[in-house]
Amino acid sequence: MFAYAVRRVLATIPVMAIVALFVFSLLYIAPGDPAAVIAGDQATPQDVERIRASLGLDRPFLVRFGEWVWNILNGNMGVSIFTNLPVTTMIQQRIEPTLSLMVLTLCLAVSIAVPMGVIAAWKQGSWIDRAVMGFAVLGFSVPVFVVGYVLAYIFALELDWLPVQGYTAFREGFFPWLENLILPAIALGGVYIALIARITRATMLEVLQQDYIRTARAKGAGQRSILFLHALKNAAVPIVTVIGIGVALLIGGAVVTESVFAIPGLGRLTVDAILRRDYPVIQGVVLLFSFVYVLVNLLIDLLYTLFDPRIRY
Amino acid sequence: MKRRSLLWGSGLALAAPRLALGQGNARTLRFVPQGNLANIDPIWTTTTLARNHALMVYDTLFGLGKDFQPKPQMAAGHEVSADGLTTTITLRADLRFHDGQPVLARDCIASIARWSKRDVLGQRLAALLEEMKPLADDRFQIVLKRPWHGLIWALGKPSANLCAIMPERVAQTDPFTQITEYVGSGPFRFRRSQWVPGSIAAYERFPGYVPRDEPPDFLAGGKVVHFDRVEWHVMPDPATAAAALQNNEIDWWETPLADLLPVLRRNRDIAVEVVNTAGALGMIRFNHLHPPFDRPEIRRAILPAIEQRSFMQAALGEDPALWQVPAGTFTPGTPLATDAGLEVLSSPRDPEAAKRALAAAGYKNERVVILSPTDFPTINALSEVAADTLRRIGMNVDLQAMDWGTLVQRRTKRESPAEGGWNIFCTTWEGLDVSVPGSHQPIRGNGAQGWTGWATSPRREALRDAWFDAPDLAAERKIAADIQMLVWDEAPFIPLGLLRPPQAYRRSLTNIVTGGPPLFWNVRRG
Repeated sequence: MFAYAVRRVLATIPVMAIVALFVFSLLYIAPGDPAAVIAGDQATPQDVERIRASLGLDRPFLVRFGEWVWNILNGNMGVSIFTNLPVTTMIQQRIEPTLSLMVLTLCLAVSIAVPMGVIAAWKQGSWIDRAVMGFAVLGFSVPVFVVGYVLAYIFALELDWLPVQGYTAFREGFFPWLENLILPAIALGGVYIALIARITRATMLEVLQQDYIRTARAKGAGQRSILFLHALKNAAVPIVTVIGIGVALLIGGAVVTESVFAIPGLGRLTVDAILRRDYPVIQGVVLLFSFVYVLVNLLIDLLYTLFDPRIRY
Repeated sequence: MKRRSLLWGSGLALAAPRLALGQGNARTLRFVPQGNLANIDPIWTTTTLARNHALMVYDTLFGLGKDFQPKPQMAAGHEVSADGLTTTITLRADLRFHDGQPVLARDCIASIARWSKRDVLGQRLAALLEEMKPLADDRFQIVLKRPWHGLIWALGKPSANLCAIMPERVAQTDPFTQITEYVGSGPFRFRRSQWVPGSIAAYERFPGYVPRDEPPDFLAGGKVVHFDRVEWHVMPDPATAAAALQNNEIDWWETPLADLLPVLRRNRDIAVEVVNTAGALGMIRFNHLHPPFDRPEIRRAILPAIEQRSFMQAALGEDPALWQVPAGTFTPGTPLATDAGLEVLSSPRDPEAAKRALAAAGYKNERVVILSPTDFPTINALSEVAADTLRRIGMNVDLQAMDWGTLVQRRTKRESPAEGGWNIFCTTWEGLDVSVPGSHQPIRGNGAQGWTGWATSPRREALRDAWFDAPDLAAERKIAADIQMLVWDEAPFIPLGLLRPPQAYRRSLTNIVTGGPPLFWNVRRG
């Protein structure tokens, strides 16, 4: 398995190279010009040209790409065109809020969705099952920002229990951290809960039909033991797969959630950079997201062996 | 511990910091600016946010008063020689940079030199400049080749680029390269280590700043700071900013969305007021390089159809206190605003006359590409009304929606609309910018060297040059009237009205300095 993990880590190198080329090319052909944005509304075309030249944006594609790749290989992600800050610094400033939001959402979603799916499968056809499925449809259908606004209205404006926006670093205390993140995590987690609950229910229904479940019942095993020890463990592989795939959902959702709740995370950094055409920042963040996604999938692959000993790498 | 006790405990623990948050820190002012402060060199960029940042961090030699006339600020005073060629400026005795070093004449000379390479009025100075030389640590001279009555106004101009005074070593940075050291001369010190672009910019009161012993007078007078700290919180979502203001999480929001004003007005703790009385002039800008707007007859033909009120209502709503029509070439309410020929926009509107004028001008149903930024609600609204107005008079309109980043790149394209170019975009210009001919880019007629739209008009250029040489305000007013008449004749742009978007703030804030951009001196809590 160790050899497999090493092989998979090494395989990320060509993947990242393709992502890098793709991102760089896409930005090259996309409309928009950071020099024009920097120059401001009052700038003349000469000002824009001069700024473009000073930023090196007038150089050929291959020269710029080569220089960027070389810098990346040397651990240098470049400097933001706008802020003049290193991209690594900007990512460092923003990584904690996003990571916090994603981890909390993940924990919240898994701890709610898996029991929901299990119970729905157990009570198939009952009102509980219908309620869970209804919630799942709602979770899929209502956009994150609508959920966010509704939550902020109820819990911040009406009840004054939680703040509308912002982020408090974890080092300043668990509760202040949680206070700022709980609403965004619930808003972002809706889709995720819906997805995991549905998959859990479907997989559990399939597993609960298996002979060994009937055997367990015949042996006198309790319902809780059957559901959570016998059935859930065997249903875990597809559930874990969906959780892994869902990380991409979280990354996408974080962009919206961070805007709605004014959380200074990587999602907002990405949006701001795209709107301003801050190429080094866009490239850096997309590379980072791609790398995280590849790693999460590797982790999921490795987790399979824990849930299903028949899987060997 | 029982499960229920644990839940109650958790709830109380969550509520405790809420109580603290609700009270806020009385010595910190929490402000939501109009956008993201992405770069902070006020010479390198002309963005309004960088200018607003600079007004906090840097002081200027002169500042405009409420009467839009320059008053000494860092300068103790100035003298102009009898021939008008030599201006000697003496600095106040107690000026300090944020690193504790005194502000010297050579710092001012280096700052003016860098500014003069980028700013439109600065470039005028550069063209007229014979030399700048220090006479002593606190005195320096600016010697011109020809007299320029507007020099002091230019040094105190409130719009971008601001003539911000920096230490000589910083001001020696190439003006097309961003500065990397942020040592200011103004009443606030920028906390660069706490700056998270797109999220927060923090400023602390600079205890070494000695304000003038005068009452505040817009950008002049005593800049007395009553907060230890000012935080700019960037909130891209207007609904979030509105909720945060209602929830006492912020104190002041610069650009509340017009749709949210009724909600904010209903809250007794929130004031919705016009702070920036100079406002912003909305306008339609034509591309002069391509048909149909390469001909003045076509541009002029549109004038009878322009209903400024409709543009303003679309942008800011029904409340007439938030906009002003009719508005001409120069910002209404400023000394050079004039009624000359204003009836072209204020007389009863006549779309039929516009249709006839278009036909007479030989409009051949060419496609009119209008660029509209969907992420700027005000400008987007102006663009949509412009499209509707042109359609009503029979023009073949292609309204293209895009984000601002794409628009500013697209409008630099000189190709024809069929090749990715454009015909029209709407925009707003800060009222302070378009209050005088010198910084009024849309009136320029310098063709390829000028602002996008590339209008060529030797007559307008000559009048603008004459304004620089005007000996007094009366002469300036005469020239402004002549320029406005020429604008109606050549129609390089069409004014759409003066927008005065309100700002929203907690009523606990008092003594906000009005007139222009948000200023953080004089304002206090309670």
